Order: sequence, then C-alpha cells, then structure tokens
Amino acid sequence: MAEEKQQDVQKSFMEETGGHKGIFKWILSTDHKRIGLLYLYSIMSWFFIGVTLGLLMKLELIAPGKTIIGAQAYNATFTVHGVIMIFLIVVPGLPAIFGNFFLPIQIGAKDVAFPKLNLLSWYIYVLGSILVVLSLFMGGGPPDTGWTFYAPYSFKTGTNMLPAVLGAFVLGFSSILTGLNFIVTIHRMRAPGMTWFKMPIFPWTLYGTGWIQLLATPVVGITLLMVLGERLFGIGFFDPAKGGDPILFQHLFWIYSHPAVYIMILPAMGVISEIIPTFSRKTIFGYKAIVASTMAIAFVGYFVWGHHMFTSGMSGTALFTFSILTFIVAIPSAIKVFNWVSTMYQGSISTEVPFMWAASFIFVFLVGGLSGLVLGALATNVHVHDTAFVVAHFHFIVFGGVGFSFFGAIHYWFPKMFGRMYDRSWARTGWVVFFIGFIALYGPMFYLGIKGMPRRYFDYLPEYHGPNIISSLGALTLVTGFLIIVINLFKSAKHGEKAPMNPWGGTNLEWQIPSPPPLENFDEIPTITKAPYKYD
Amino acid sequence: MSEENHHIVSYRTILGVLIVLIILTLLSVAITQIELSRWATIAALLIAGVKSTFVLFYFMHLKYDPKVFKRMALLIILLVFVVIFITMLDYVFR
Amino acid sequence: MSHVHRDDLGSKMGMWLFIFTELLLFGGLFITYAVYRSMHTQAFHLASEELDVTIGTINTVILLISSATVAMAITAIQKKNKKLSLAFIGTTILLAFIFLVNKYFEWGAKFEHGLFPGSDYLAELGYGDILFFGLYFFMTGLHAFHIIVGMVFLGFIFFRIKNDRITFDNFQLLENGGLYWHLVDLIWIFLFPLFYLVA
Repeated sequence: MAEEKQQDVQKSFMEETGGHKGIFKWILSTDHKRIGLLYLYSIMSWFFIGVTLGLLMKLELIAPGKTIIGAQAYNATFTVHGVIMIFLIVVPGLPAIFGNFFLPIQIGAKDVAFPKLNLLSWYIYVLGSILVVLSLFMGGGPPDTGWTFYAPYSFKTGTNMLPAVLGAFVLGFSSILTGLNFIVTIHRMRAPGMTWFKMPIFPWTLYGTGWIQLLATPVVGITLLMVLGERLFGIGFFDPAKGGDPILFQHLFWIYSHPAVYIMILPAMGVISEIIPTFSRKTIFGYKAIVASTMAIAFVGYFVWGHHMFTSGMSGTALFTFSILTFIVAIPSAIKVFNWVSTMYQGSISTEVPFMWAASFIFVFLVGGLSGLVLGALATNVHVHDTAFVVAHFHFIVFGGVGFSFFGAIHYWFPKMFGRMYDRSWARTGWVVFFIGFIALYGPMFYLGIKGMPRRYFDYLPEYHGPNIISSLGALTLVTGFLIIVINLFKSAKHGEKAPMNPWGGTNLEWQIPSPPPLENFDEIPTITKAPYKYD
Repeated sequence: MSEENHHIVSYRTILGVLIVLIILTLLSVAITQIELSRWATIAALLIAGVKSTFVLFYFMHLKYDPKVFKRMALLIILLVFVVIFITMLDYVFR
Repeated sequence: MSHVHRDDLGSKMGMWLFIFTELLLFGGLFITYAVYRSMHTQAFHLASEELDVTIGTINTVILLISSATVAMAITAIQKKNKKLSLAFIGTTILLAFIFLVNKYFEWGAKFEHGLFPGSDYLAELGYGDILFFGLYFFMTGLHAFHIIVGMVFLGFIFFRIKNDRITFDNFQLLENGGLYWHLVDLIWIFLFPLFYLVA
C-alpha cells in the first residue's frame, strides 16, 4: 500500500534528533510531540509518588487507631498527596501531555505558536515539581496544612512550607505559559478551511482550558506570595491578630482552585468527545451544544468558588449566590453527558479498551457530579462538609474524570504516539481490575461521610471499620489494575505490533498521518472542507 | 504578517493623550482634596478608569487593532469586576 | 526544513495574554484592598494621610510621560528614525529609574517612622493601619519589581534596535515591550488614587 511505503520512507519524529545526542535530543527539543512525551514521563514518575502516599493513607485507615503512621505523619501524607496530585498531575496532565502532542496535529499545524516557550514551560514544570517533592524530605518536616494551605495555620505551622508553596507558585507559571501558547495556537494556526466550528472538540476544550489556566492561576500565585509574606514578614493579610481575615485567604485560594477543576475536567471531556464518535462510528451528537457547554463551563466556573466555603462564615447573601451559581454550572456538564450518550445511540459500537474507559468515565463522572450537587446544596453541605463524602466526591469526579480520561486517551492515541499496538487483552484486564478497585475504594466513602466519618483524620470510630476495610482493599485492587495497565503499555511501546495509520477508523487529522507522526506532522498543510467526526 | 503594523500613531496624538492624562491626574487630586469622602473615592476611581481607557486605546493601540483584542480586554475587565463584586457580597452582608 | 512564517499578530496576542495574567495577579491584591478598605474605612482614610500626595502625583506623571515616550519610540521606528527611537527608549528607562528613586525615598521615610510590616509601631496603630501599610508595601513593592523587569526588557530592546534587529518592518518586540510598559503604568493609575487620594 502506498501509505505504508511512505510510512517506511518518512522518518518518524522519534528518529529526528535535531543534531543532538542522547538525552539532549529530548531536553533541548522544541518539537511539541517530544515535549508531550517529556510531560508524560515526568508526570507519570510523580504519579507513582502520589499513589504511594495515597496507599499509605489507605493502609493506615484499614483499622481504627494508629496502624502504620500516626497523626502528624498522616497529616503530612494527605498534604503532599494532595499537592502532588493536584499541582503536579491533574492540572498539567491532559493539556501538557495530549494537548501538546495532538493540538497542532488536530488543527493541521506543524507545531504550537511558541515552541521555545513550550519547552520552557516544561523546564519550569520540572523545577516546580522537584521543589514540591523535596518538601517531603526537608528539615522541619513535610507540610501538614492540607494542599489547601489554609491560613492562619499555614503561616504558623512549624513544618516546612517554603518548598511546597514555592513549588506550587513555580508550577503556576508552567500552567499559564501552556495556556497562553495553546490560545494563540488555536487563534492563529488552524489549517486553511478549518473555521472555529470545524475544529474538533478536543482543541475547543483546550481553548477553554487555556483561558482558565491563564486567568485563574495568577490569583493563586499572588495568594501563595501573600502567605510567604505572612510567614517571612508577618504582614497580617490573613492573621486575625493583625486585623486580617482567614476567610479572605479561602476566597483568594478558591478563586483559582475552583476554576482549576475545570482545567482538569474540560480536556478530559474533550478526550471523551474524541473517543465516543470513533467507537460509535457516528458523528458527535450536538457539536455546537458541546462547544457552547465547554465555554459556558469555563466562564461560569469562575463564579462558584464559595461552595468550598459554605461553613466558613460567609454572609447569607454569599451563601445562596454561590449555591445557585453552582447548580447553574452543573447544567452544561449534564448537556455533555446527554450528548455523549446520544452519540452512542444507534451507533455501531466497538467495545475496544478506549471506549470502555470512555463509557466508564461517563458513569463515574455522573456519580461524582451528582454528589457535587449534594455538596452544592446549602443544607446538605453542612452535614457532609469535611467528611469522607467530600473525599469520595472529588475522587470520583477528578480521579474518575481526569484519570479515566487519561487512560482512555493513552489507549486511544498510543498507536499514533508510539507506532505500536498494545496487548488488548491485558489492557482490558487492567481496565476491569482498576474499575472494580476504584468503585470499592471510593464508593464506601460516600456512606462513611453521610454517617459522619471526618476527612483528614488518621483515626476513626469503630463503627466505620467495615466500609474502611472494603475501601482499603479497593485501593490495593486499584493499584494492581494500574500496574497491569502501565506494564502492558511499557512493554508494548517497545515490543508491540507495529500500528497502522488509522487502527480505530477515526476521522480527525491525527489519523491521516503516519504512526508515529513525522517531525512536522504534515508533508503539506491540509485544506479542510469537512466538519469533524463525519462518518458517511 | 508585517502588513498589520502599518498604522502609525502620530507624535501629536501621543502628546495630546499625554496632556489629557496629566490633566485627569491633576483633576483627580483636586477632587479628592474636597471633603466629599466616599464620593471622592468613586470619582477618583472613575477618573482612573477614563485614564486607563486612554492608555488602552491609544498607547496600547487597542483602537487600531483587530477587534479580537478589544473583546479579550473587555472580557478580562468584566471578569475582574464580577469576581470583586461576588467577593464583596460576602463582606458587605456579614 | 520549511521556513517558519513570522506571525507578528500572534506575537502581539501572546503579549496581551501575558498582560491579562498580570492584571489578574494584581487583581487578587485589589480584591484584598477592597475587602479591608470596607472593613476599616476610617482607618484607611487616616493612614493615607501619611503618604505624600505631591510625590505620588509626580510619580504618576513621570510614569505617564514614560508611557508616552515608549509609544513615541514605536512611532519613531515606524518612521525609520532609529536615533530618535533609541532616544525615546532611553528616556523611558531614565524616567523609570527616577520613579524608583522617588519610591526609595518614600519607603525610606516610612521605615524611619517605624512604618513597616511587622513593626511594633504599626501594631500599636491598629488593624486598619497594619492592613493599609501591609497592602501599600506589598502592592507598590510588587509594582516596583515589575518596573525593574520592565527596565531590563526595555534595555534589551534598546540594544536590539541599536543592532538593527528591530527595524521599521520588524518591530513587534518593541511593541510588546511597549505593551508591557503600559501595563506597569495602568497598574499605577489605580494604585495612586487608592493609596494616595483616600484621605
């Protein structure tokens, strides 16, 4: 076949060294595909640490009383677990890995708008993440404030705040620059004929995400600087002894950290919007509605942050304003769920592993999202705030959302990225074990929360023991599933069967170039005439 | 795309805007010397807003640039206002 | 290897986006100001009297003039007047330096009077004063940092113009530097009334 010949003749991007040798062809490359892989490898490395910390907590919680670590160590564990998972994994995650790799390809470009800035973003990411991980080991002890760094404790604690806070601050720059790069790329570098509404959904989600990265991150940046100012100079912004208001810290912190969850979930939803049409062999249902929902989520998402603070002492006016806005922001997410399901309806479903991840995403996202409404309603919030219910909610929606989407994405795009196919049997087994582990790990937490088990405690009353055992065993199961998945992918990257250009029958531009892609993606920039996801 | 930058803002225009800005500055100082207390602050902030508009439109070229830049700037200003407004809903009504 | 087409508009857009991040960065501090001013209105009025309106006004005018000079530098380069452009950039940097010198003396005077974050004198004055001056030092300090960065950026641009890397048909970098400088000016346009004109 002519395409195969071209594939053999054309060098893939992995074979282009830009004149560098060894590690330098990686860390000096401004090729968006290599940078995407650099993020993949660094993020996965930190993920192992984050998982280990999580596992440590679950092992501690397998029985009441001190099991393996005591209170101080537990507090440090949930803090650093949170900082790693949020700032090192799920916020950068999908945009940095798959956005970098596939955004230019999906819009018919050869790279992003600012390739050198892109590499700088990765350097900054590495610096920030090293600072955060170092906080585990530095004198004074790892931070124990929770990843939320609430004042006044965050400037009074004797543990080591500087590396973690500084690390988070530095990571913010990486996020901002990536968002900036993607926004300009999408505005300026779409292929001829690709109007905004002929762009696939994944780039749309990266666009919305880019704006949030750009505009929300600086607010947490300044907040963290203010915390450092408190710690170092005793300025008084958040210190009641000096007239400061600790609730103001919470406002400033959540003004970023709520939109941050949309940084996490929008690209995840974008991935699902890519996978489902392909494995339903049907065009996406309600393209314009999904685009509008994406932008609506990005916009309204800025105004709901107070729902993390319902019990903090805000005014009644603030309470009901935030609650109502929270319910409103749920609507576009629901629209997306309807549209995904409608895409599948009367489609020709292929239950390949990426599809299984996408379908199970819808389930866990639904559970997570609906539990979010319980939290968004003022009366019920008072009952479950700061309980295991909240922990279940955000793990279902963030780990379930971003995590399942990540696994879907890696199994969907793996053949394109690495030019090889993975073992489908093992991939399916990995999915099954992981999914069972996931439900067992987080499901019981809903029940435990409603029954009153507090979060962030190393100990609990005996009546909570049973479900905690299930949860901790679930953790072990999940980690097993995760290892199966990762080992399968690792081995397949080196030894898997060579993959064709379009193993899944996808319609977007990435499936019209070789696997793996050549350095500049396209021999000639294509001219676009069709809308995306068109199956005749 | 160097054809985009062919619009030249004349020295006269820049100087004119500068004079307006200085006058507005002196005006805002004068207005706040009068004992209007709360209204003085609002007046000073409004004047700052007008000054900003001049800087944005003429010095920063928004008047002459493609519409997308004006739209983005407007969006940002709107966003900041709404966030401050919502935050104040907490403090004002406590 | 294909030729990368230069995209000035994309470069300008990147700079504007960066400016937006700076607006949000200071935005967090403006939120803080709004909150604490609403909680300590009287104290903010009184504390503001410690600040010298004259110096503040002079500094405001200095920055406004510097904004005009950097804008004129762009006009000059577009009119192929390299020498004039360099003169305007140089003037801008000089004006920035004078601003900083003024700030240095202002801050110095405050420190001498015992007005600095964490000082006992400030603690005695009460919450409103602590917060007012906390915000004053933090915000004008952060602003001054941005001025220093701006001076370095403009200095870099100065040499680019000198070495003909910036010319009448390739000056997006100069424009971007100008945009950054106007941002610094914009922030001060709001800092000035909020701290100096509150009395």
